[in-house]
Amino acid sequence: MTPSDREATGLLTRPDDLVRLLDATGRRHANPEFDPWVADVDVDALVDLHREMVVVRRLDAEATALQRQGELALWPPLAGQEAAQIGSARALHDDDFVFSSYREHAIAWLRGVRPDELLSVWRGAAASGWDPYEKRMAIPNIIIGAQSLHAVGWAMGAKWEASSAASIAYFGDGATSEGDVNEALVFASSFDAPVVFFCQNNGWAISEPVGLQSKQPLARRADGFGMPGIRVDGNDVLAVLAVTRWALDRARRGEGPAFIEAVTYRMGPHTTADDPKRYRTDDDLAEWRERDPITRLHAFLAASGADMEAVDADAKAAADRAAAELRAGITAIPDPEPMSVFDHVYAEPNSHLERQRDRYARYLAMFDESAEGAR
Amino acid sequence: MTTITFGKAINEGLRRALADDDTVVLMGEDIGTLGGVFRITDGLKAEFGEHRVVDTPLSEAGIVGTAVGLAYRGFRPVVEIQFDGFVYPAFDQIVAQVAKLHYRSRGTVRMPMVIRIPFGGGIGAAEHHSESPEAYFTHTAGLRVIACSNPADAYVMIRQAIASDDPVVFLEPKRRYHVKGEVDLEANLADARPMGVATTVAAGDDVTLVTYGALVQTAKDAATAAAEDDVSIEVIDLRSLAPVDYATIEASVRRTGRLVVAHEAGEQGGVGAEIAASITERCFDFLEAAPVRVTGHDIPYPPAKLEQYHLPDLDRILDGVDRALGRPNSLSEVDA
Repeated sequence: MTPSDREATGLLTRPDDLVRLLDATGRRHANPEFDPWVADVDVDALVDLHREMVVVRRLDAEATALQRQGELALWPPLAGQEAAQIGSARALHDDDFVFSSYREHAIAWLRGVRPDELLSVWRGAAASGWDPYEKRMAIPNIIIGAQSLHAVGWAMGAKWEASSAASIAYFGDGATSEGDVNEALVFASSFDAPVVFFCQNNGWAISEPVGLQSKQPLARRADGFGMPGIRVDGNDVLAVLAVTRWALDRARRGEGPAFIEAVTYRMGPHTTADDPKRYRTDDDLAEWRERDPITRLHAFLAASGADMEAVDADAKAAADRAAAELRAGITAIPDPEPMSVFDHVYAEPNSHLERQRDRYARYLAMFDESAEGAR
Repeated sequence: MTTITFGKAINEGLRRALADDDTVVLMGEDIGTLGGVFRITDGLKAEFGEHRVVDTPLSEAGIVGTAVGLAYRGFRPVVEIQFDGFVYPAFDQIVAQVAKLHYRSRGTVRMPMVIRIPFGGGIGAAEHHSESPEAYFTHTAGLRVIACSNPADAYVMIRQAIASDDPVVFLEPKRRYHVKGEVDLEANLADARPMGVATTVAAGDDVTLVTYGALVQTAKDAATAAAEDDVSIEVIDLRSLAPVDYATIEASVRRTGRLVVAHEAGEQGGVGAEIAASITERCFDFLEAAPVRVTGHDIPYPPAKLEQYHLPDLDRILDGVDRALGRPNSLSEVDA
């Protein structure tokens, strides 16, 4: 991006600067470019952000425990990425639409997804957990980066229909190497689609460090696609909220797409099936524990004179409620009926599948008859 | 009735769909200003505007992937893959997203997308321009796969495909684009033969010959030639490759006792293999001979000067018919 382009986007930040409003100790840094975007965020709003981060960290820990207990087949923990997710999801309007990867539990939480809806997939009980149109969030994608194109297509349609809504595509650092993400950036740019690319650079694509995906800050890639790229401290919920609001606002105003790289860290394993000890050291982790997204907001709130006893009690109560809902929800998820394996393959009648379904039903019925015969 | 070319019939079908339904949007490379490399979308951008007929960047995954997002929004995207051999970069989006989203979303997200692909050989083209990739898609649950063979069907079936709430891979036999035929442009979809139903295009008693796309005309010519030899061939234009209309094939084979399936695509794992197996399962007691496949070889599509040695033609189809009938044929000595 040339300096004049940068002027046109109103963006002073360079993609290798890190936008940070709260540092790791919770100290507030003035930022003339992005402060206006969070000027309305008062103590109550900060308490809300803090509570939601505490809640999703708890949900995540509970889900990990449920996997260990055999209640879930698998779980991809979000621990460490609470600020990147809560901050960006808080910036969304109700009519915006989310296209995500599989670790965006906090986004789903803020879109109103219930814990049992979140867990049914990971329990292996359902192909997906919620109605995308009700939550304004597509079903998550495990194919890396594939959803970025869907977000762009949705946004192209929004523009053609003169809608004021925008879409947001969540993906990770690993996904930036996928063709789909690069093609999504091309299409978004060519059609000035109202879409925000939100890359959570959590340092790792399973065992592969981000350096294997890119030799330079990922946000710089945006330049080559003709859109502004911003690097934000992904563990600073306030900064994430500010830059995401900025990007969504310009998208809604018809100024096209933007790329946000939220620099964060995956504190846990890739999934519960992963063993991070094979590829990273405790020292790495310790360094990032110092930059914990919840701790720094907590420190800032304390310094702002909030009643921290009340803040903590309120957050703990909310987390306890969510955890109880989650534990109650997991056992309430029904095991699917055998014949439902054939449901929803097609929207319209399909002669081939109907025949296969009928034949399998006959096969299953054979066991019912023998059971009766034995009695 | 109007006499128009196959290509024009699809053009008229697309025009009608665009006019009838505001959610229909065409996307593809060179389909707007140029009207497509085969001119199938000629004039449509001028008539409906650049947001209804969209020239896209050169990215097949991008075209299909953004069409998924449009379908999420309620659009009915009709995407053009410029040539059969160019569809593979979009394969992941087609197989993992388009085909599966209705299932994965438990029926909440519909993918009423049409993926138009000019397919097959016979035009002396460069590499990657003459392929028959249908078996990849017939093997993929969640897709419907259609191959039309004549202008009248093309006009109706492209509209039926667009009206379908399931994703449709719509294969157009490019070497027939210039063939003319009578088309009823007033044809009402409600009265039309469903696109999932096969058509018996020549009646016969001795052998059932099933094919689709460009080879339907070749098969009809073979039936005419065989009649001079007192061999009566029933030719079935499959039309829908997934699902297959087995009722029509079964009814025919129960009368003839003999089945030949012909296609340009290779033999292994092909549509013919599936039909031969299914008909054997369903009509074993009625079969007088093993089903016969007449197909392209299991080779990468050969250079243009070799394609005549690859594509099944009238004589190879008749040789297959002879095998099914136990008449002297190219393999008589091998079989003996």
